Amino acid sequence: MLSRLVIVSANALKGSSPLGAGLVQVSRCLHASPQSLSPVAPLPEKGGKVRHGIIPEELFQLLYPKTGVTGPYMLGTGLILYMLSKEIYVINHETFAAASIGAVIIYGIKKFGPSVAAFADKLNEDKVAKAQEVKDSAMTSLTQAIEDEKKEQWRVEGRSMLFDAKRNNVAMLLETNYRERIHMVTNEVKKRLDYQVALQDLQRRMAQEHMVNWVEKNVVSSITPQQEKESIAKCITDLKALAKTTQAKVAV
Amino acid sequence: MADRLVPIAEKRLMDVKLGELGSWLGARDFTPNGIISAVRRGHDRYYNKYINVKKGGIGGVAMLLVGYMAMSYLWEYDHIKHDRWRKYH
Repeated sequence: MLSRLVIVSANALKGSSPLGAGLVQVSRCLHASPQSLSPVAPLPEKGGKVRHGIIPEELFQLLYPKTGVTGPYMLGTGLILYMLSKEIYVINHETFAAASIGAVIIYGIKKFGPSVAAFADKLNEDKVAKAQEVKDSAMTSLTQAIEDEKKEQWRVEGRSMLFDAKRNNVAMLLETNYRERIHMVTNEVKKRLDYQVALQDLQRRMAQEHMVNWVEKNVVSSITPQQEKESIAKCITDLKALAKTTQAKVAV
Repeated sequence: MADRLVPIAEKRLMDVKLGELGSWLGARDFTPNGIISAVRRGHDRYYNKYINVKKGGIGGVAMLLVGYMAMSYLWEYDHIKHDRWRKYH
């Protein structure tokens, strides 16, 4: 039980950081070669077994084949009696003091041992939990970073499509611009050609009209009054003839 | 399990036979470095077995205290001898 407080104080001594637990573990392999990179083995759960608090279990295991279960107790009793009878252990005032102190200590341990042990265990667990938390948060952040990286890679794949779309856009803009200009050019050229055509038409028309007018004028001026009277008389006779033929037709 | 003959000096104490005890003792390293390393090894063994565990008990520290009590009684024995109740045992 006190060993747990030793561990707790050792942890506190080695700096109360989440790495304190790891540092205590590192101190275990001081005698290993400094180049070993294998992970440190976890601390054993329980220490070597000790009976009645002071006698290691190995003694009992040693004597068990020969003397059974009561062997070491017999040995202990015999030793104590021997030491008392030969006064190798002398009973004096210190014996009484030791007995009282021993009684108090044993009573205290029996009564408060488990609660102190639980307290020290809780302290250790808190440290381990903190370290575990650091490790877990590091793991989650790293996995998150991995996922983000994968997403970025996926995005990079799409970048070529983005460029294609942009290239298409630019090509379309150029195309429309080109077509607009072609349109404008054709319009302008057409306008100029139409102008020329209209000009020529006008010229021809004017020449025609002028010629017609001139011919008319000449003809009219060439018709003498005599010819006019003759043509009128001929017209009248033609008309009369026509009238006669039509009247004949109607009558028939 | 006798793969090869291990030289006596490297055997652990429990594997040494009684007849070889003298030569084993003579082959131990008694230089200061050797003594210090032996003490270090012993300390590490005891520490890692009884104290550097997750749920240690009272035994780890209690055994040290009892050993200390025994040692101090032994060193004071010449003085305690005078408190004996009988002269002849």
